[in-house]
Amino acid sequence: MKKPIVLGIETSCDETSAAVVSGGTHLLSNVVSSQVKLHQRFGGVVPEVASRKHVERITWIIQEALDQAKVSLKELDAIAVTKGPGLVGALLIGISAAKALSFATGIPLVPVHHIAGHVYANHLIKPLPFPLVALVVSGGHTELLFMEKHNRFERLGKTMDDAAGEAFDKVARLMGLPYPGGPEIDRLAKKGEPIYDLPRAWLEPGSLHFSFSGLKSAVIQFLQQMKSQKKEVDQHHLASSFQTAVVDVLIEKSINAVRKTGVQHLLLAGGVSANRQLRQQLTERCRKENITLQIPPPELCTDNAAMIAAAGTYQYLDGHFADLTLNADPNYEMNQRVE
Amino acid sequence: MKILAIDTSTLVMGVAILEEKRVLGELITNSHKKHSIRLMPAMAQLFEELELTLEDIDLLAVTKGPGSYTGIRIGVTTAKTLSWAHQIPLYGISTLAVLAENGFHFNGWIVPLLDARRERVYVGIYQREVEQLRAIYSPQIMTITKLLDILKKQEKPVLFLGDDCERYAEQIKMHLSNQAKFGTLAENIPKPSQLGYLAWGKLQQKEAPETEQFAPDYLQLTQAEVNWLKQHNHGGKHEN
Ligand SMILES: [Zn+2]
Repeated sequence: MKKPIVLGIETSCDETSAAVVSGGTHLLSNVVSSQVKLHQRFGGVVPEVASRKHVERITWIIQEALDQAKVSLKELDAIAVTKGPGLVGALLIGISAAKALSFATGIPLVPVHHIAGHVYANHLIKPLPFPLVALVVSGGHTELLFMEKHNRFERLGKTMDDAAGEAFDKVARLMGLPYPGGPEIDRLAKKGEPIYDLPRAWLEPGSLHFSFSGLKSAVIQFLQQMKSQKKEVDQHHLASSFQTAVVDVLIEKSINAVRKTGVQHLLLAGGVSANRQLRQQLTERCRKENITLQIPPPELCTDNAAMIAAAGTYQYLDGHFADLTLNADPNYEMNQRVE
Repeated sequence: MKILAIDTSTLVMGVAILEEKRVLGELITNSHKKHSIRLMPAMAQLFEELELTLEDIDLLAVTKGPGSYTGIRIGVTTAKTLSWAHQIPLYGISTLAVLAENGFHFNGWIVPLLDARRERVYVGIYQREVEQLRAIYSPQIMTITKLLDILKKQEKPVLFLGDDCERYAEQIKMHLSNQAKFGTLAENIPKPSQLGYLAWGKLQQKEAPETEQFAPDYLQLTQAEVNWLKQHNHGGKHEN
């Protein structure tokens, strides 16, 4: 059978992206227009500003993705687009474009869950080794997933409050660092030691859920205390202490999830997987525990359309399509798309 | 020469197909129901009933704002994508210009208006000149008080158009009394057929169609940008 060629479209947050993937594994193009600079002055993503930028760029980005892949519209087998979760106004740009394109060409439309996309970013490097556990960490999500085969996701744990990346951004702001906070904290932490005592939220014993808002409050308290005692805060040590507190929890719960499900393979995905300490320590830990670990390269960790095209390919092969009434779902639940 | 016109900029959702100066079909709703869900099926239905396909379309028209930010973007993104996929020229036209066409035969100033909240309106002022409407005040945002002052000074009959006029009806009557006229129910709704007709006019005038960069005309910065400018304008120009 001919390998399906799938166009992916992703506009769930502040990256406008389109990509072409062949056979679910072979990346032909992945064009990402990041708005990070645009949002920097506001200290975070402004949904209305993001949506406005998406409209300007979307057609050009799709054209560019096809050009770079040397694929014409007629050669596409499916159009995969992020249905959610994400910012509703931003999602609607990708969805409106995908529906119009599907109507104009008769090419089937495939709705993709954004987090499923993050997991499939790994598939573009090396086929997903089922059964597996995936840790998806980014500014918008922190989830532990179990996958037995393609298109089947079982959620083992999620964050009860802030996403890990969100905690990074919020703490960075408290420390007076620019947005986005993750890379800044990572950079400072490199030269620091985790000497400040910050809490880790393990929740009830054995729980695979996460909570990061308590950690953020602890940082606020710590800063206030130091200020009232007129003590100097070492930015490097604070960054390291905070980052270590987050990484410890992420690693411990992931290993726990692997043990509980009895699988051999762990996947890391999402923007926070670019974090140096997380990559290093998780790699070491997995080696010790005899677990194979897969981490996509940084450009596939952040939001991109290639991962949407890859995930969309398997839904296409499963016959999971959407009609022209497809709408954005900012709170799209993962289990809604299973079956 | 067939024209497809798309309007999702306000509560009204409209799709029309024209054969040059003849309206072949038009679908209009005026309800809160989601444009994102209903636009494409409505368009598909219209094509089906007219036994046409996108292949038959030679020109595209879309309202580029003002209106609901999300609504405008749905229409503009859809139109841009159709235009790109089939290499069909596209014109973006102001929602207010489309609404103004409903008052074409009025002798005086035609004032299409959309509520912009906080006592402000999106408004344009139009007047008929020979065979077309000319914008005396191009689409912009202003307070209702300022608008009424401008209109009062002119002492010309004024036709207000748009469902949102009702919100300001008392204020308008108080200020302008007999000078003010109001559109009928049907005239208060922007018609996609008028939109298609205006695009056809642009083509006749050989105006350059929109490019890939085409973006809505919101007539307002985002709130985040306004706040940022306030904070960073040390001259204090925005203080009041
Ligand atoms: Zn993401």
